[in-house]
Amino acid sequence: MASSIEHDSARYRDIIKGRVRKELKQYISHSEMLGRKGKNLVSIPIPRIDIPHFRFDPGGSEGVGQGDGEVGDVLGRARAGPGSGPGAGDQPGSHLMEVELTLDELAQLLGEFLELPHIEPRGKDYLFSDKDRYNSIRRTGPESLRHFKRTYKHALKRQIISGTYDPRNPRIVPIREDKYYRSWTSRPEPQANAAILYMMDVSGSMGQEQKDIVRTETFWIDTWLRHQYRSVVTRYIVHDVKAQEVDQETFYHLTENGGTAISSAYMLADQLVTRDYPSESWNVYAFHFSDGDNWGADSKRACEVVQQMLPKLNLFGYGQVRSYTTGQFLSTLRDFAEGLPEATYPDGTARLVTSLINDRDAILDSIKEFLGKGA
Amino acid sequence: MGSARDFPTLSALNTEIRAKALSYGLDPFDLAFEVVTFDQMNELAAFDGFPVRYPHWRFGMEYERLRKSYAYGLHIIYEMVINNDPCYAYLLEHNKLVDHKLVMAHVYAHSDFFKNNLWFSHTNRRMLDEMANHGTRMHRYVDRYGAEAVEQLIDTCLSIDDLIDPNAAFENLPIEFEHGDEDEEEAFRVSRFRAKDYMEDFVNPPGVLQAEREHQEKERREQRFPVQPMRDVLYFLLTHAPLKAWQADVLAMLREESYYFLPQRQTKIMNEGWAAYWHSKIMTESGLMSPSEVVDYADHNSGTLAISPGQLNPYKLGVELYRDIEERWNTGRFGPEWDSCTSREARRGWDKHVGLGRQKIFEVRRVYNDLGFIDTFLDREFALKSKFFVYKEKEGEAGESYYEIVSREFDQIKQTLLFQLTNGGRPIIFVEDANLHNRGELLLRHQYDGLELDKAYGQATLAAIQSLWTRPVHIATIYSGKSVLLSFDGKKHSESRFEG
Repeated sequence: MASSIEHDSARYRDIIKGRVRKELKQYISHSEMLGRKGKNLVSIPIPRIDIPHFRFDPGGSEGVGQGDGEVGDVLGRARAGPGSGPGAGDQPGSHLMEVELTLDELAQLLGEFLELPHIEPRGKDYLFSDKDRYNSIRRTGPESLRHFKRTYKHALKRQIISGTYDPRNPRIVPIREDKYYRSWTSRPEPQANAAILYMMDVSGSMGQEQKDIVRTETFWIDTWLRHQYRSVVTRYIVHDVKAQEVDQETFYHLTENGGTAISSAYMLADQLVTRDYPSESWNVYAFHFSDGDNWGADSKRACEVVQQMLPKLNLFGYGQVRSYTTGQFLSTLRDFAEGLPEATYPDGTARLVTSLINDRDAILDSIKEFLGKGA
Repeated sequence: MGSARDFPTLSALNTEIRAKALSYGLDPFDLAFEVVTFDQMNELAAFDGFPVRYPHWRFGMEYERLRKSYAYGLHIIYEMVINNDPCYAYLLEHNKLVDHKLVMAHVYAHSDFFKNNLWFSHTNRRMLDEMANHGTRMHRYVDRYGAEAVEQLIDTCLSIDDLIDPNAAFENLPIEFEHGDEDEEEAFRVSRFRAKDYMEDFVNPPGVLQAEREHQEKERREQRFPVQPMRDVLYFLLTHAPLKAWQADVLAMLREESYYFLPQRQTKIMNEGWAAYWHSKIMTESGLMSPSEVVDYADHNSGTLAISPGQLNPYKLGVELYRDIEERWNTGRFGPEWDSCTSREARRGWDKHVGLGRQKIFEVRRVYNDLGFIDTFLDREFALKSKFFVYKEKEGEAGESYYEIVSREFDQIKQTLLFQLTNGGRPIIFVEDANLHNRGELLLRHQYDGLELDKAYGQATLAAIQSLWTRPVHIATIYSGKSVLLSFDGKKHSESRFEG
């Protein structure tokens, strides 16, 4: 009985995913989905899945109700007007339904859509963590783990053997020797961990639109990497001429004025990586988003820090978001990376990836550039 | 005491309530109660109460919806019962004992209704088995022809599964497939008289024979097929569309289920009203409840009968109308004498002590469906007492729409109500011509009575029919007072003026 509805549910979820997949490009380039993110679920508005019937035009429908009220009284809203709610407005009366997908399902869709390769963890050693399983029995232990059934059986046996068991008054009193306790064994399990460092330029030239693009793109990168690794740690760095580590909230909302020194962020990132995420046990990703409008003399220095940091990273991504100024840092970094041994793995996979994000529609390609290498 | 798994208590309760129901004159099928968990209840509800159905995503969608709305505390399914002999009904595990009592009393009345109401008389009382058989057959087709193909066909059929003829439920139309044309000669039998050879031209002048043959041929060409417009579109497609055997079987199964569920839609008000009437009688008149349970009962009962603006509660309307009928037939407020009495004073105090009320409501539950029930018994006084009104959807300035009370006139209330109940509030569609333009195109006609078809849905449905019929499909309807033909030829939709 149970299997049958589960089959139908699974099929229904497949259909939903199919609908989302069809519209994925639109979902990716719009940031509204981010607001709908729960802990593990994202709720997405899709056109109502319905089986069509011949029916009357619902507009101007009539009905009979019951209760108080004068002629002319308004009972309530029937349908929202055009233009309210996401997606509505292009088709009158097109009803939307909210469906929930887990972040994992979303990542899978993204992966299929962009044909992203699965990531082979690069960490030289896996991080081993102990996992406890309660699967054995001991004679000693805390009372909270006492195995009631076994203890009872042993006490019963003992009392029968020793003749203290009275069937008319079956009182079983366990003594120390009767007691059994549940016990655990620890099994080390390999665990590939990833750390992601997001860096963003918050200088005056980065406007709201640019930050929104960064926000959307990092959401998807995050979703994908979380899908690939068992546990993911994220750190956020903002910079203008000085860099500082901030929390996620501040990262997306902080606006500063002033110049730009990209090297400050890179140096801070390098410190963090060296101190907290040794590459023997971590897969470290660093992404930096800027409009590329760097203070001239700083660019060379920034490149050198990148070179120094690269061996400790799985991937270094630089995304340049177009703003009203024309940033030069992208070309500087590209030139610098040309022929740099640290910028590629021995197998030729790029370790340093740059991407130019012109507008929202370019987010998709940019994600593909960053994650399409499988590094 | 009171735990749901306390089967001896439940069983004793069942015996007691059954005896009570019988003592009132109810005549139910045997009832099999099953105690289920929330999850099982949601699953059963998604399957319309049946433990086994054919595989389809729609059930999964309904299940997810129910599960979510349960998780958010929006609803609890109290009772569910299926029309079968024996009737199956479900009790929710975590309900209180008083709820179980209420559900049992309620469900016995449903069972009585299933068994005795005329409109249910054609339904298969072994539907539980039949549904399981449908599941098995559908699974076999999935194995043989692939899940995609079967699902697509089911989607298509579900799109038109309401195009059946409520009156045809009682005729058992034979499902036979057309076999070629009749013998041409047989079809063209002209009135030739017997004559000797030399007299032939004189007795049977060639010109006359020729004219007669032409006339017949013309008549034949002009005769439409089907001869009468046919309301059971499913049946027509089943017998005349170029379907493979398995496809026809799928369509036939879904048509059968559609006819099975039809009376439940036709008698929603009567059936729920009947059950509400009897559960309140059984619960309050028989000492079933301990004093502490009375409040819980009253709470749930009033919840069942609650009204919300803009929605008609079938439980409430039904039970109150039964009570009104009972009262009227007890006091003799019917017949010519009552109808012709115009004195307000006399009408108010009218009581002829005829005491026919109980007998009358039993008769009503036997012969009426909702449409007849409302048409016959809902009168001006009842409408006034029930505070009915007509609401209409209106458009606001910002393009949003809202419902507004537009009338409290009795005539309009009744008309609107009857319209809502006619064909379940769905448009009435006929197959009019299966050989339109002499090119095997299918013409459907919407019997227009004031409301226009939803065009987007109509076109999508047309496409579904086309995929079965394979030749172009049209539906004639009316938009803004003009005859319009919506067409789909398998590739694109078109719209044209239509005279005919």
